[in-house]
Amino acid sequence: MKIRKELWFGFILMALIVAGTALMLVMAPKITNGHLGLMMLALVVVAIMLGFPTAFTLMGMGMIFTWIAYEENTTKTLTLMVQSAFKVMGNDVLISIPLFVFMGYLVERANLIEKLFKSLHLAMARVPGSLAVATLFTCAVFATATGIVGAVVTLMGLLALPQMLRGGYDVRISAGTITAGGCLGILIPPSVMLIVYGATAGVSVVQLYAGAFFPGIMLAGLYVVYVVGLAMLKPHLMPPLSAADRFVPLPAMTKPIAEQISNTALPALLRALKGGRNLDVPTSHILKQLGVALLPLLLFLLATGGSWRLNTAPPDAEARADMARAAATQLSDSGGGGLQAPPGSTQDTAPAEADGLKEPPSSDTGLKEPPADTGGLKEPPADSGGVAEPSDANADVKEPPGTSSDVKEPPGAVAEPPATAPATAGTGVQEPPGASTAAVADAPAARTPATRGWWIGAGIGAVALLAFYAILSFQRLEIFKMLLSSFFPLLVLILAVLGSIVMGLATPTEAAAVGALGGFLLAVAYRQFNMTVLKESVFLTAKTSAMVCWLFVGSAIFSAAFALLGGQELVETWVMSMNLSKTEFLVLSQVIIFILGWPLEWTEIIVIFMPIFIPLLDNFGVDPLFFGLLVALNLQTAFLSPPVAMAAFYLKGVSPPHVTLNQIFAGMLPFMGIQVIAIIMLYQFPAIGLWLPSVLYSR
Amino acid sequence: MQSLLLGVDRLSTWLGQLFAWLIVALTLMISWEVFSRYVLNEPHDWALDAQIMMYGTLFMMAGAYTLAKNGHVRGDVLYGFFMPRTQATLDLILYFIFFMPGVVAMTWAGWNFASESAAIRESTFSATPLPVYPFKFMIPLAGGMLLLQGVVEIVRCLLCIRDGAWPSREQDVEEVDVDKLKAMVHVKDEDIYGLDKYVAPPDRLAKGGTP
Repeated sequence: MKIRKELWFGFILMALIVAGTALMLVMAPKITNGHLGLMMLALVVVAIMLGFPTAFTLMGMGMIFTWIAYEENTTKTLTLMVQSAFKVMGNDVLISIPLFVFMGYLVERANLIEKLFKSLHLAMARVPGSLAVATLFTCAVFATATGIVGAVVTLMGLLALPQMLRGGYDVRISAGTITAGGCLGILIPPSVMLIVYGATAGVSVVQLYAGAFFPGIMLAGLYVVYVVGLAMLKPHLMPPLSAADRFVPLPAMTKPIAEQISNTALPALLRALKGGRNLDVPTSHILKQLGVALLPLLLFLLATGGSWRLNTAPPDAEARADMARAAATQLSDSGGGGLQAPPGSTQDTAPAEADGLKEPPSSDTGLKEPPADTGGLKEPPADSGGVAEPSDANADVKEPPGTSSDVKEPPGAVAEPPATAPATAGTGVQEPPGASTAAVADAPAARTPATRGWWIGAGIGAVALLAFYAILSFQRLEIFKMLLSSFFPLLVLILAVLGSIVMGLATPTEAAAVGALGGFLLAVAYRQFNMTVLKESVFLTAKTSAMVCWLFVGSAIFSAAFALLGGQELVETWVMSMNLSKTEFLVLSQVIIFILGWPLEWTEIIVIFMPIFIPLLDNFGVDPLFFGLLVALNLQTAFLSPPVAMAAFYLKGVSPPHVTLNQIFAGMLPFMGIQVIAIIMLYQFPAIGLWLPSVLYSR
Repeated sequence: MQSLLLGVDRLSTWLGQLFAWLIVALTLMISWEVFSRYVLNEPHDWALDAQIMMYGTLFMMAGAYTLAKNGHVRGDVLYGFFMPRTQATLDLILYFIFFMPGVVAMTWAGWNFASESAAIRESTFSATPLPVYPFKFMIPLAGGMLLLQGVVEIVRCLLCIRDGAWPSREQDVEEVDVDKLKAMVHVKDEDIYGLDKYVAPPDRLAKGGTP
């Protein structure tokens, strides 16, 4: 019965296309080559639906029609054919596909996902709908790092679905979060889809990555907001975790400290260290715990040092003398300044914290600054003392430790004014004495006072870090340790790869290769690496790359044939004759792509149809980069739209028998709705996608 | 017959897998080049050309391997719902309409293309020229392997039309291998079945019986 329905669906679609083509040919006053081109386009959709490997469908059909276009000149056809194959072989954009795919397979096999999910769901135990939120987070991170939808959905179906069902979660919600989360990886960079689009549309992959970053985060954020909102409105769908599920066992040696001194980790550890009471806990253990507990602080310190130096870097050499004078006065001010240090529990850590926080905003600015400035930063040597220049990756990574601060930090970054104008004397006073004294000492030589934005960021960070330590119980310390070994390595990998691409430090190819090496190291570090893993990853990479790249070989010939036949002009005159406005055009094109998402895969849609859409964009003043972001969001929905959504079938494959496909589809629908909302939001506020590229590449 | 088919499969697979190892070389080489350029300040002008040749060779030679494992992307809306015989008939027709002309043309033209290049000992335009013609010979080589594999696939279609079921292929590593993933995260089938009590109301379970 069901099979019939599916077949009818396809046959009706095919019949509609064929009928449409026939109508067009009949209506046309005179059948030109252009009409043949359109016919070819319609035929290829039908042919693909018949299920023959798409690469060869495109190749064969392209060749036949090229031959017709060249008026049956075989030599020219053959030359074009081999030229287009060779073009794909020498494509310097597509080269990053095998590398990213390889990285994905290696990361997948490092088997971080189990720990990742466990630590995240413990960390979020108190959030409404915690399991669902943790699922979304795990999916987002893991899917981003691997980019393999099928594997992520299957794994989460094995890990998260049982937990959610046991926790009394609604089947539909559980299925929806897993499938929706698993598909995030194809949008959030580094994603193969954006490379394929970039290669087809001739848009810089770097800019696409920068552009897709915030829309991807936004989509994930919307999912989380929806899940949390639903959990608060209808708690029976997602009951809170039971105390037993939230329980975190403490290591035997930590227990006495927690029980006898205090459960707040940092002060308790410090007091235990001071001795006095002998708890039979070896000092090395206490030191180890303390080391972990102080990691966020340490990272903040490192980042602050670097960011402070970036932020206060002298504009240029000539200005130095003046700066020196200004700074000298500032130094005398700062002598009395340490007072504003937050009233922390331990005197000596508090001021340092104040510093620690600033890092996010300033690292941002630093990156935006022209190279001249960066040069300046390296100049003051020795003085830095303990304040090592942190790498970008490091700087970014620290944000999460302040868990609650995550949310607050971005605003700080935004508030940062681009110019490093000297701040007022009043701000200068806050110079904390502690860790940055060394830095202050060199300030007279060349430094400009830090900007107000930097201080705002610093203040927010300080509060966040204090809050973090205030709530850091021993149980939370354990969770933090788990996060440290599962969540942060992946985050570092993603941010390092992405950061180096977006900041222009490395080409996507280089970043992908280094990322693959990172994935390899990750697998080694987690003791999951052996020859079988490497072999499987290598072979899978070869097959996946061959699949995508042969599609390009086919489509190169196909597009050439389409252009030769003049199909493009025909489409253009036809579209222009409809007198569409920009909005109408965008809506129409997105609707067409959405519908195509049913019978076709995203690769096919991009390689076959983008060459047709992209030349039209100019007529309507649409930025191909912006269009690419819309298309990427749009094709995401294809992964979730019944009846062809493959995510649903992967989940069905590992769910208990009484979970029906219909339940899974029903669960996916709200998330599909959110995707549509995300598309509309991106359309209404293009800045969501275009802000970062415009800042970084001044487009 | 079957052993002949599998023999060709094995040849394609072996060749594809052999060249698949280029990805490791490519990863290491680019990583080294990044290190060499940014740390040692010693960029190599030929590196990019070599990288591209490795990538091109890698995916071209994996074409036949992927075909042997039925790994090329297909439009799956209808195909999956057809009977094997219908699938085979459709495939057979389309192999002759699309695959054969396309791949024969590519192999033939690729051979001429590469021979011309070899005749003039063509090389890249960088300061350290690398020979290009071996790279160009990858087109006819990959095309030839694809052709051979295509013939095997055509025979498979014929066998399927005769027998009503697809002849078997040799197992290969799969992207989503559910059993392996289950083992990886230590989930057993019983655990999954055990979850049913949370999904289905008890009365239905009693009636429905075991899966």
